[in-house]
Amino acid sequence: MNPPAGQRRLRLATTSLAGCFGCHMSLLDIDERLFDLLDRVDIDRSPLTDTKHCGPCDIGLIEGGICNAENIHVLREFRQQCKVLIAIGACAINGGLPAQRNHLDLGQCLQEVYLTGPGIIGGRIPDDPELPLPLNQVHPIHEIVRIDYFVPGCPPSGDAIWKFLTDLLDGRTPRLGHPLLHFD
Amino acid sequence: MNTPTLLLDGLPVPFSAGQTIMEAATAAGVFIPHLCHHPDFKPQGSCKLCTVKANGRYVSACTMPAKDGMEVENDSPDLNDKRRTLLQMLFVEGNHFCPSCEKSGDCLLQALAYELEMLTAHFAQFYPDRPVDASHPDVLLDFNRCILCELCVRASRDVDRKNVFALSGRGIGKHLIVNAESGRLADTGFSLADKAAHVCPVGVILAKRQGFLQPIGQRRYDRQPIAMQFASLPGSGGNGPEA
Repeated sequence: MNPPAGQRRLRLATTSLAGCFGCHMSLLDIDERLFDLLDRVDIDRSPLTDTKHCGPCDIGLIEGGICNAENIHVLREFRQQCKVLIAIGACAINGGLPAQRNHLDLGQCLQEVYLTGPGIIGGRIPDDPELPLPLNQVHPIHEIVRIDYFVPGCPPSGDAIWKFLTDLLDGRTPRLGHPLLHFD
Repeated sequence: MNTPTLLLDGLPVPFSAGQTIMEAATAAGVFIPHLCHHPDFKPQGSCKLCTVKANGRYVSACTMPAKDGMEVENDSPDLNDKRRTLLQMLFVEGNHFCPSCEKSGDCLLQALAYELEMLTAHFAQFYPDRPVDASHPDVLLDFNRCILCELCVRASRDVDRKNVFALSGRGIGKHLIVNAESGRLADTGFSLADKAAHVCPVGVILAKRQGFLQPIGQRRYDRQPIAMQFASLPGSGGNGPEA
């Protein structure tokens, strides 16, 4: 799995926006193949490196949809820095679980969670200026920036992620057939 | 007299008089993608997923009678691109959140999306607000997933003779309704034994207390892609795997 002679190492960045890190757990599920991956790529901004900003990269993996203002800034940074941007998992692709709040009023949601819900005494809606403002609806990332590839699944399996990444790294058109292509 | 035969993607497919292109193909074990078609019901040709090119013209395979010598194009990049676009529009129009759906793995819409390698719904999501109807003791109605195939409408009207379901409204406002003054399923004569309770190709009409009896990952289309299930049923006389 070393890069073919004359081919430089690639830079990979990953992030989780409005997601649960399940897709990142699935990435770790490639298990010992992580060593093969690290033979060929360096990891830039990612929860795995705790690097806070993304430098110029070849591949960006985005987990999660867009639920607040910070998500949009991060997504735009990734689009600016990554040659190939990949939406990974249901939330990035169609909003997923966080988007299940889309038919509810955001103000009423916050009130119920922090003020009026059962068992809450002296609650308060978080208003620290450092907290990013939530959007009134959660949306998939392709509605904000151009996305080059989509890897569906909740989460996609480690095998699906591995098949996709190796296709991409080897210069093939990435393709997930049965049974790797899954929406659940 | 020779058996009438059509050419389906170059393959000679014999048929009997009165059969549609869909019936001839299914009997030959060839899969033509479809959503609103069901072998037990009169075809209505509304979903357009089964669009094929017959003698150069786009037609619905489920309603078009087969003709001797007809040349039919089915599994081609052109047609599959159009079918994938139809699927994408269906996916953004409703709330198709597969990971939380009891039908996932048994769902015809999802199976077709897998078959046609739909990786994204591409268009902007509508996120419509469609409350569920949990009023009936045995059946849950989740309108979020309705694709307006009218199979429940046809089953309730033509088989159960109960007329429980109908489509109401026009264009983008079209939606499934329940035939009761209250609009609630509990206030109809609907029963889990009805044919209409078992024809929904997606996860709208669901039997209660059976959720996830069969684990996700071991369901019909988890085991084998839908087209291969048709191929393994040659000569099934028009009954697809959903029969």
